Amino acid sequence: MKDYLLKFPDAWQFDVNDVIDNGIKAFSRNHREFFNIIKKGVVFSIHGIKDFLSFIPWWLFILIIVLIGCRVSRKKHVGILYGAMLFFIGSAGLWDHMLQTLSIIIASVVLSVLLGFPIGILLALKKDAERIVRPILDLMQTMPTFVYLIPAVMLFGVGITPALMATTIYAIVPMIRLTSHGIDQVDKEVLEAATAFGSTTLQTLVKVQIPQALPTIMTGVNQTIMMAMSMVVTCAIIGAEGLGMEILVATNRTEMGKALMPGISIVFIAVILDRITQGLVGDRERMPNE
Amino acid sequence: MSKDVIIKVENLCKLYGKNKAEATELMKRGADKDTVYKKTGVTVALWDVSFEVERGKIFVIIGLSGSGKSTLIRCLNLLTKPTSGKIYFEGEDIQKFSKQQILNYRRNKISMVFQNFGLMSHRNVLNNVAYGLEVKNVPRQLRENKAREMIALVGLDGWEEQAISNLSGGMKQRVGLARALASDPDVLLMDEPFSALDPLVRREMQFELLSIQSKLEKTIIFITHDINEAFKLGDTVAIMRDGKIIQIDTPERMSARPADDYVREFIESADKTQILTAKHVMIRPKCLVKPKDMPSQAIREMGANDVSTAYVVDDKMKFLGVITIDDAILARDKNLPMPSLIKTDVYTCHEDTILSEILSIAAESKYPLAVLDSQGKLKGIISKAAVLSSL
Repeated sequence: MKDYLLKFPDAWQFDVNDVIDNGIKAFSRNHREFFNIIKKGVVFSIHGIKDFLSFIPWWLFILIIVLIGCRVSRKKHVGILYGAMLFFIGSAGLWDHMLQTLSIIIASVVLSVLLGFPIGILLALKKDAERIVRPILDLMQTMPTFVYLIPAVMLFGVGITPALMATTIYAIVPMIRLTSHGIDQVDKEVLEAATAFGSTTLQTLVKVQIPQALPTIMTGVNQTIMMAMSMVVTCAIIGAEGLGMEILVATNRTEMGKALMPGISIVFIAVILDRITQGLVGDRERMPNE
Repeated sequence: MSKDVIIKVENLCKLYGKNKAEATELMKRGADKDTVYKKTGVTVALWDVSFEVERGKIFVIIGLSGSGKSTLIRCLNLLTKPTSGKIYFEGEDIQKFSKQQILNYRRNKISMVFQNFGLMSHRNVLNNVAYGLEVKNVPRQLRENKAREMIALVGLDGWEEQAISNLSGGMKQRVGLARALASDPDVLLMDEPFSALDPLVRREMQFELLSIQSKLEKTIIFITHDINEAFKLGDTVAIMRDGKIIQIDTPERMSARPADDYVREFIESADKTQILTAKHVMIRPKCLVKPKDMPSQAIREMGANDVSTAYVVDDKMKFLGVITIDDAILARDKNLPMPSLIKTDVYTCHEDTILSEILSIAAESKYPLAVLDSQGKLKGIISKAAVLSSL
């Protein structure tokens, strides 16, 4: 038996590693200024959010969450439970780390919504755009995060900037998908009615399609938050401070006890954010006329 | 005096599919819809449709599903663009309108009522009705006043702030009607507006529409698959089949001289299905007594319910007869047993009896008719007024 029948022939294998690496390096060198501006902007925003969160006294922060929890769930004990969870995080000595994590999540969720909402609308209205963008969305969700973390780190250096990029790339997908899905799902006859009464395309979008799709869009926001939460530890690998970093450090030292508290804290934050945003969706569905 | 034609349609065709030229050729040579679809993959929704609608009249288009009636009505406000043919509104070719002219045409001249209402669930009744005015930027105060006026016109006053999900089907379509009337259009397109409603509500809405029409004198183009509805509402009725109009006539002339067997069958077959029976108009009897009850008890019952006859049933609801208040008083005063005074010569009917048959009985009967099921159990009663008003 010939060798090349058993093994994939060497001559047919290609190697583009160096080309890509050098390409990105060159790109990064040539556009240093540009990436620095972005980096400064990101660092400034996230620090701004962090400073704002730190500015709120811890007890007021807990109180606000208790009140919101009571409001959306309509049960007193649920709000108090959320407060107790936050109190636990504080007494585990992780309050500051929590705020750091929260500020990255808030920044990436805001960015995801700001970008994902218009893209989702575009996909719903222009079927051509959908054909192009849908495979890209699949790619963004299935491509292992580290693959695009490396160029992000090469362009922005380690820290919160590539963390924000990676989190947003991962978390924006449900925002786009559910916005588009929500708009697609609007009843055909309702759309016909809007047209028959002389609405322009913009009027139909703003007065009918977006409000009708709002519950689905809010579910998208909720999913985006959850996806962002799941990126916390990954972000730590590229140097983002916060709860993820605590877990990463503990993992490297194989200290179970040190990893457990931040782990539980992440779960608590996820539960609180999830229930509160889901509660907002439910509110919309219960009272369609505000 | 010449006719005041508001909408005129000439040789309108609508084909769906790629190979329209070939399909048109085939149709011209007299092929039918199915053959054309098999040969070219083109669906012929409308073929060579022409008609005129007079101002202030109700023009009804009737046909089975798939006959092209919904496509036709959507061509009239350009929700669907015709493949060929002309549509004139007050003499103007609407297909030559610019974008802005189309918007103005839809905002001011022609509005639409939908089969499944097409209401916006995120808006309350008031804001649904005001929608047409909102898109043409009528100031809030003005449009809300107009909307309230229309809501009152369709008999929904007090419901302005309600969510759409809180309304029954009939009420939803009232909102749909109010919304269509709010922009004060010349023409109202109604696409099977009452088909999603149950028979009694449908009758009520038909009556409502006629009474609104007598006040406002709009031109109405009304689509239905119910021949009774068509004949009841239409000044002129057009019957459609496979994308073509077979006959346009007044209801009287159409039923007297159907153009072909299809029309004749349509009139006859549809007639049977839509008939109301006793159980549709009966009400629950207010006052029931049992033979073993004391006369004084029966009198009290009748007094409490403000009626002069009580219906007598046994323990299993089997109908025995009626007792009048005079007889009951007699029984009490003379201490007679109740059963001896029960009148059994009461007109009764089965719950599936057709209403027109009940009419003659009801006219003779002194008391409301007793409606029984096959086992002779009392299901309800029908007053003379109920029979007459439902016909």
